[in-house]
Parts: sequence; C-alpha cells; structure tokens
Amino acid sequence: MAAERDPPPPGDAGQARFGEAEDGEDLFVVLCSPASLPAEDISANSNGPKLVDSFLDDDPDDLFAEATEEVSLDSPEREPILSDGPSPAITPIMAPRIDSTLFDQALEEEEDNGDTFDICISVSDPEKVGDGMNAYMAYKVTTKTSLSVFSQNELSVRRRFSDFLGLHSKLASKYMHSGYIVPPAPEKSIVGMTKVKVGKEDSSSTEFVEKRRSALERYLMRTVKHPVMLKDPNVLQFLESSELPRAVSTQALSGAGILRMVNKAADAVNKMTIKMNESDAWFEEKQQQFENLDAQFRKLHASVESLVCHRKELSLNTASFAKSAAMLGNSEDHTALSRALSQLAEMEEKMEQLHMDQAYADFYLFAELLGDYVRLLTAVKGVFDQRMKTWSKWQDAQLMLQRKREAEAKLQYANKPDKLQQAKDEIKEWEGKVQQGERDFEQISKTIRKELGRFEKERVKDFKSVIIKYLESLVQTQQQLIKYWEAFLPEAKAIA
Amino acid sequence: MMPRAVNVDLQTDGTLQVDISDALSERDKVKFTVHTKSTLPSFKQNEFSVVRQHEEFIWLHDSFVENEEYAGYIIPPAPPRPDFDASREKLQKLGEGEGSMTKEEFTKMKQELEAEYLAIFKKTVAMHEVFLCRVAAHPVLRKDLNFHVFLEYNQDLSVRGKNKKEKLEDFFKNVVKSADGVLVAGVKDVDDFFEHEKTFLLEYHNRVKDASAKSDRMIRSHKSAADDINRIASTLYTLGTQDSTDVCKFFLKVSELFEKTRKIEARVAADEDLKLADLLKYYLRESQAAKDLLYRRGRALVDYENANKALDKARAKNKDVLQAETTQQICCQKFEKISESAKQELIDFKTRRVAAFRKNLVELAELELKHAKGNLQLLQSCLGVLKGDT
Repeated sequence: MAAERDPPPPGDAGQARFGEAEDGEDLFVVLCSPASLPAEDISANSNGPKLVDSFLDDDPDDLFAEATEEVSLDSPEREPILSDGPSPAITPIMAPRIDSTLFDQALEEEEDNGDTFDICISVSDPEKVGDGMNAYMAYKVTTKTSLSVFSQNELSVRRRFSDFLGLHSKLASKYMHSGYIVPPAPEKSIVGMTKVKVGKEDSSSTEFVEKRRSALERYLMRTVKHPVMLKDPNVLQFLESSELPRAVSTQALSGAGILRMVNKAADAVNKMTIKMNESDAWFEEKQQQFENLDAQFRKLHASVESLVCHRKELSLNTASFAKSAAMLGNSEDHTALSRALSQLAEMEEKMEQLHMDQAYADFYLFAELLGDYVRLLTAVKGVFDQRMKTWSKWQDAQLMLQRKREAEAKLQYANKPDKLQQAKDEIKEWEGKVQQGERDFEQISKTIRKELGRFEKERVKDFKSVIIKYLESLVQTQQQLIKYWEAFLPEAKAIA
Repeated sequence: MMPRAVNVDLQTDGTLQVDISDALSERDKVKFTVHTKSTLPSFKQNEFSVVRQHEEFIWLHDSFVENEEYAGYIIPPAPPRPDFDASREKLQKLGEGEGSMTKEEFTKMKQELEAEYLAIFKKTVAMHEVFLCRVAAHPVLRKDLNFHVFLEYNQDLSVRGKNKKEKLEDFFKNVVKSADGVLVAGVKDVDDFFEHEKTFLLEYHNRVKDASAKSDRMIRSHKSAADDINRIASTLYTLGTQDSTDVCKFFLKVSELFEKTRKIEARVAADEDLKLADLLKYYLRESQAAKDLLYRRGRALVDYENANKALDKARAKNKDVLQAETTQQICCQKFEKISESAKQELIDFKTRRVAAFRKNLVELAELELKHAKGNLQLLQSCLGVLKGDT
C-alpha cells in the first residue's frame, strides 16, 4: 500500500463525492472492508470504526481527519459538511473509492510544477585543510541540475562539515515547528575527527572520511528531494555561493550547543506533561506505526552492523588462513600436493578481498540506509511532538479566553466601566489567539499528513532500490565464488 | 566425514572390518557401539558388537604406545575427548533467555543448537571410528591382543581414568621426552632418508598446527555471519508483516530468501569444518605420532651408540666384554628393526596424507561449488521477482 495521494482538486470530482452521500450505509460497509478499498488508501480504513465517536466530539478537526489527503481548508464544499448531520460528513471518506486515476493525475500535477525533478548532488574530493587541532576536512559539493531555480546547470563549491550542520540547523529552526520533516544531518564524531586532525593516515581514518563523505551526500540529496527545502534560500546559498559564513553555533560545546541541550531536556519534560486529547485516529495510528517501525529498524540496523563486523572478521581470518596454507604448501614435500596447497592459499587470498568487498556493500548499502532511517524516524517523532505543542498552545489560549470571559462577567456586576472595556478588549485579543491556535493546529496537521505521505513514498522507493542493489551485490559475490572454486577444482584433482 | 583409513590404505580386507554402528549420548559420556565383522580364527564369532566409552579407546591407544614391540610404527593418534561443553552451555543460555525472544525465534535457535549438537556428536563418532579402522588396517597392530579384547570382550574393561598420581607421572614423562626430543633432533642422522623426514616433520607439524588454528577461526567467523543473516531474516519478516506500504512484499520476500541463504551459509561453514578443519586437525595428530616414531628411533639410536661406546670401553678394559657385546647386539637389532619399519611407516604416511588431502580438497571444492550455485540461483530468482514488481 503506497502513501496517500492528493485528492482531486475541488471541482467536478469533488461534486461527485457528495452525490454519493445518500447511501450512508453502503459507505460504512465499504469503509470497514479493506478489500474493497484500493490498496493505496489506508487512512480512510483506519478512520472507519472511529467515525461515529469522533463525530460526537464536536471537534472540527475530525473532518480533516476523515479526508484522505489535502482537502483544502478553504474548499467551499467543506461548509455544508459542518452544518449537516452525520451522514454527509462521512462523505469525504468515499473519496478513495472513486476515481483513483484522478488522484494519480493530481499527484503528477503537483510534482510537475514547471520542472521535472532533476538534480544530482555529489560530495567528493575530501581534502585536509590546515594542521593540528584546527585542521578540518573540506569536501567538494557538485550540483548538476536543469532546474530553473539555480543560476547554472553545474555548480561546484567547497564546504566543511560544520557548514552542513549549520544548514541543517537553519532549516530545522525554520521548518520543524510547522510540521515539516527536516532530514537530519550526519552525526558528529569527536573521535573520528580527532584522528583525522592528528594526521593518522591509516585505513581507519580513510574509512571514516569515506563514511562521512557518503553520509553528507545522502543528506544533501534527501534535503533537495523535499520540494519545500529545495526552494529555501539557505539551501540554494549552500549549493551555490563560494563563500559561506562560518557556522560556529554548531559546535557541540558552544553556547548554542548547550542551549540546544537545555531545550531538548525541556522538551522532553513537556512531552511527559502534555496529554493530548487525540481525537484523530489517523494520527494515533500513524504514531503507533512509526513507533513499531522505529523499533524494528533499530533491531535490523544492529543485526546488519553485526554482519558487517563478522564479514570483516571473516575477511581478516581468511587472509590469515591463506598465509598459513601457503606456508603449509611450502613445507609439503609431495610436489603435486604442495602445488595444490599453494593454489588453495592463492584462492583464499582472493576470497579475502571478496569478503571485504561484500562487507563494504553490506555497510554502505544496507547498514547506512537503516542508520539514516533511524535518524529520520527521530525527525518524524519530532514532528508529531510539534503538533502536540501546537495543540497545547491552542488549548492554553482557549483556557485563557475562558478565564477572560469569566473575569468580564464578574466585572459586569462590579460596575467598573473602564476595567470592563479592558476586559472586553482582552477577550477580543484572546478570541483572535484561539482562532490562530486552531488555524495553526489545522495547518500543522495538514502539513504533517502531506509530509508523512511523502515520507512513506520516499521510504518505499529507497528501500526497494537499496534492497535490489544489495541483492545484486550478493549475486556478484556468489558468481565470483563460483569462478574461484571452478578454477581450484582441477588443481585439487591434479594431486596424484 | 573423515575418510575411513581403510579406503585410503588400500588394504581392504574381508578378514577384519570394524565400525561404530551406533552411539548414545548420555549426560557426560558417550557410549559407542563397536561392531566387528571378521573371518579371523582368533575371534569366537564372525560378527559381534560391544559398547565402549572414550576412556577405553584411550587405554587401547596408550597400550600401543607403551608396547616396545610397536616402537617402529606410527601409532594411530587417539581420538579427542568428546566435548559437548560449549554446545551444552549454549543450549542452557538459550533456555534462560527464553522469555526475551519470540516463540519463533526461540524455536529457530533451539533447532540451530540441536543441529550443532548433532554435528559435534557425528564428528566424535567419526573420529573414534577412524582410530579403530586405522588399527584394523595395520598389518601388525590388527593382531594385537588388547585390540581383540577391546573388540570382543563384552563386559566393561574397567579402565578407569588415570588418577592424579598417574597423570603427574605422565606429565614428567612428557617433559623428559621433549627435552630428549631436542637432544635427539640435534643429532644429524647418517641416513639421508631419516634426516630429511626429521626436518620435514618438524616443520610440517608446526605449520599444520597453525593452519588448523587459522582455519578454525575463519570458520567461526563464517558461522557468526550466518547467525547474523538469520536474525536479519527474522526482523525483516516482522517488518514485512507490520508494514502497510508497498515495500512489505519486498521485506517478506527478502526475509524468505535470507532464511534459505542462511541455511546454505551454515552448510558452507559446516563443510569447511569437516573437509578442511578436521583434515588439518587429524594430520596434526598424525604428524605428532610420526614425530613420536622418529623420537623412538632416535632414542634407539642413542642407546645403540652408547652401547657401542660401552663395548669399546669394555674391550679396552677387558672387563664384562660378553655382556657389553650382548647389550650392543640387542640395541643394534632394536635400532635396525625400528628403522626398517619406520621407513615403511613414513612412506605410508605420505601416501595416506596425499590421498586424504586430495579427497578432501576435491570434495570441499565440489561442495562449495554446489552451495554457491544454489545460493546464486535463490538470489537471482528473488531478484527477478522483486525487479518485476517495481
């Protein structure tokens, strides 16, 4: 089941929906039997049983919950739903049952916003700049694109790790509170970087640089795949301008870093105290889904990392055995057997390389993808938290409005005209805030639905493509293995 | 499994065939059913079985070693003690951790460990059998009285394990032996054949030891990787059943694939263990037995040379000459007898070794090819399905 797609633009298709409203009962039946729904839409299904309950709650939110996707809040069709009884309100859920082709078209329209998505970023040529503890790695960031928003078709700039962190930090502070899933930046590593700074030119530091380079590349690609981020001036500046102001607040132990830690702690405490009255089953289900996904991804990531580790170990042990077999072959005084043992040793040497190559594939294809998704899921959780915060703010405004109204009522009897006027003004102010709070909440809920839809689509694409690539790497390994053993077999048979 | 020495020795003989027809694993001991088929007149029946334990095999082996008559032969190496400790420990740990995993995981792991236990069991049976077959194939040892008693006496041989005092005695004997070994090895042999063999065996033995250890490590890594794939398959299955998107089919298919490839990987490791690691371990023990033979010959040579010196002295002093002459003659005969049989034994050892390596390396290559091809086919078919779906 794919992610949700956008509903058709309000218009004829929209009208068609309401036409079906008469058949209230059948709608319900349709909702409750998953088989009859096109595979693509699950959200409607999940809302099915909750329908009656949610409607009894007089929470305007629920209407949006029942929409499969972006039904515009301003769409005129919405109004009649608010005023009618239960049946018509069920209508939106009908949407998936009708014309799925219309939805697909709508989706394509949304994507074909002038340019097709054509951008490719690569991070390459890591170069150490400077010496000692102030040294850093500079990477070349090359953008190849035909999108009009860029000044050229091919751009190239040099960036350091803290630049990437700075970009992420700006994007996060700008978009996260609105419910956008901002792709997380690669992790810092004090140990890894120190080795590089100190100038250790061994395999572990080259591996570290390569791991980081690959992570930075994936980070940028994920960021530009997001239609909103792609248009952000910070991103454009990052990819285009030759000079970038140094992002100092990204350092772990800086003032800003510590402030971040304090904020994170405060958030955690808040999360525990806010008990959101979740009337939207869609969100509740999604949150549970993502909790499960997170748990399984972490488990899988751990197993794959273990596999990488054991394969590397296998490679080293094979190399060691190869040397040992060569020595044995040397001391064997039967000529033919001696030769065969040497051949065995040579073959095991080739196996060593094969195992190492496979371990890299295990890692860069599979393990790193899982690691990325574990971090992405944290960002997703963050977005749910933001919604909760927004809800909380709205609730607080409602509470405050209530209090102001009570205060005004009291003042009515106290006969203090100027204070009364002030009270009335305050009521007006808080009514405004309540409305804004409600709008914000609806907006963030809408954005999150869209974001999750996009996220799921990306996830499906990513995993499908990686799984295929990974299996192809396994195929290659087996083919090589066959080659090696086929070459060895006659040598073994030749022992006489 | 280890090749039966009889096949390699080309001395297949209807007159005496020995095998282990059954085995029973009890708490800390294994009971082997030794089955004999023989036309030799010295046995009361043509076909019979007895039950023996590991200690009784060791007793038989030691009786050969201690028998002066057999000094000129390579004594077939004793089978290693059955060791289920590691496997038992793992089974126990699994039992303790039962609560922390799903029922499927538990059942899977239990099956794995039971298979491992069974593999170790089969191995120990094979190693005990090889020992008996080597003895049965040896023209002289097969006639040994203790061997016949071992095969035929259907009561317990009451061979208790060595007590502390005896173990200590053994320890000192070995210390002396290795000191001697150094001495003897240092003396250059007049006979080119033996000189070559000595150099060869010393080096060969050390290198086989190293190769055996390294192959064990390599195989262990292989097994660990297979275990990881097992866990990955389980998690992918859970993901596949939980996932509501298109990719769930991918997860389920790949989970199924990995279940199968994991079994193949485990078999690859197991076959490497049997055909390569066990082969090296066996020849580690055999090359030690061959070294022991050379040592015994070396001792006999030293005794002979000492006897010569004593004779010269006696003749010079003209005292106890006859006694010295007799001693010298005995030593001479002993040395020559050992040398003669040792030469043949060492030649046979080479023949056996070459044949065993050939057989095992060919079988190993054939099995690896079979597994790789099987693996490849599974991977390609899964890829075909997945690619067709996108």
